Amino acid sequence: MEKIDEILENMEFLDNWEDKYKYIIELGQGLDILPDDLKNAQTKVNGCVSQVWLHSTVTDSTTNEKYIKFVGDSDAFIVKGLIAILIALYSDKKPDEILDIKHENIFAKFGLESHLSPQRSNGLLSMIERIKSDAMREV
Amino acid sequence: MFDIKKIRSDFPFLNMKINEGNAVYLDNAASSQKPKTVIDRLTKVYEQEYANVHRGIHHLSMKATENFEDARNEIARFINSKSSEEIIFTKNATEAINLVASSYGSVNIQNGDEIIISMLEHHSNIVPWHFLRERNGAVLKWVNIDDNGLIDIDHLNSLITKKTKMIAMTHMSNVLGTVQPIRDIVNIAHNNDIPVLIDGTQGAVHDTIDVDEVDVDFYVFTGHKLYGPSGIGVLYAKKERQKDMMPFQGGGEMIAEVTMDNVTYADAPQKFEAGTPPIAQAVGLGHAIKYINDIGIEEIHKHEAKISDYAKGKLQEIDGLSFFVDPAHSKGIFSFNMNGAHPHDVSTIIDKKGIAIRAGTHCAEPLMQSFGVTSTCRASIAMYNDEKDIDSLCESLIYCRKFFS
Repeated sequence: MEKIDEILENMEFLDNWEDKYKYIIELGQGLDILPDDLKNAQTKVNGCVSQVWLHSTVTDSTTNEKYIKFVGDSDAFIVKGLIAILIALYSDKKPDEILDIKHENIFAKFGLESHLSPQRSNGLLSMIERIKSDAMREV
Repeated sequence: MFDIKKIRSDFPFLNMKINEGNAVYLDNAASSQKPKTVIDRLTKVYEQEYANVHRGIHHLSMKATENFEDARNEIARFINSKSSEEIIFTKNATEAINLVASSYGSVNIQNGDEIIISMLEHHSNIVPWHFLRERNGAVLKWVNIDDNGLIDIDHLNSLITKKTKMIAMTHMSNVLGTVQPIRDIVNIAHNNDIPVLIDGTQGAVHDTIDVDEVDVDFYVFTGHKLYGPSGIGVLYAKKERQKDMMPFQGGGEMIAEVTMDNVTYADAPQKFEAGTPPIAQAVGLGHAIKYINDIGIEEIHKHEAKISDYAKGKLQEIDGLSFFVDPAHSKGIFSFNMNGAHPHDVSTIIDKKGIAIRAGTHCAEPLMQSFGVTSTCRASIAMYNDEKDIDSLCESLIYCRKFFS
């Protein structure tokens, strides 16, 4: 899985929307697989035109610090790519780090701020809310 | 004579560029764009004719009331209602159905009574009846559709029992664009003394409706799909049925007299229109209907049929598109899916080319479930669409297909 900085750097090289979307789709294809039995009512993120699932697990390291790992999937290619970006941004971080991330700035850098419109069909905001509420439970 | 050039020049939104292309708007089943004359009419209401209606003893209030009631008359003529008292203003078609479910249904549909709806219905003609199931113990029964996307009349017949208290069906499917046999539905219902509600949200736009001839009990439609403003819907409620209806919401306008111990109600339509109504929106809708009448609704429908036929041919030439009914049966609304791409993907990519369609369940989840899908792409036309719009749509879909291959 690529790191968010690498993704940002790669995106900056792409100067048209076709290539950007193709790259996003490619990121989605590189996602860890979410097993079918984890695609259930608990992991389903409502409010998206496509189907979206986000599953989180908490890992306690030897120093007893909590990290949250996210795995996700969607039946739409572009949305799956957006999930990959979210996972690069939020996964394997401590709960308070997750809550501190200002996603607006990052998506603006990507030129993807239109996906953050309040229009529910995009679903990206619902996914971010789900990630933050999962993190909130672990604070 | 229908002059598409002239029509297109009436709609200011067509001058816009969206993303990479000229605005190609094919999401008309969700809401239509507005002609300049309707926009100007709204401006005039607010600049020169605005006051609250019905109660004011001053020039502006009387003017506003006259315009508001003229709009009601225009709408009554549009659907051939015998009396403007049968025309009730609501905020949209959804509210109109909720009004019937509440004002008529909660009084006349009790525990164990049955409501028949079809698999084609929009959530707005499902959920208000679910309320009666949850709250009054009513039973919902679902009529199947046939392979052509039409309500199965034999199945409807077989579902009717002595307990059937309402049949609520769409005039035209918002997903498939199929026009339903509403005369047959009303005849069957009335032979069994059952009232019928027809959801004309799409039908009032793409088909004609004569409520008197069809003899429907309740007919609903919305202004914003009929080239009018948002925030105005219409309920036609037949006079004979109104006596069986309780008020919907309580407030100003809908009363005859209020004391500390009692309240009596105004006559219809005011009885069902509590509070300040959507004044400018009603006038705007009346004006939109005038605009339609000036062009000629038959002329508009002929043009839509021509574009619809053109679209059927062109869409079916595209590899990898699948349809949910034979597009030959669709009137201006086409649902399809693309092999290898989700509707969300399709809609996102073609939006980059300036083309607006809809992706999703179209508020018809039971229908989606019956097709075994979670969403579809839907392209829907209006009077201002032309062959070029369809060409642009098809080119963008072919591009999209390559993009995901």
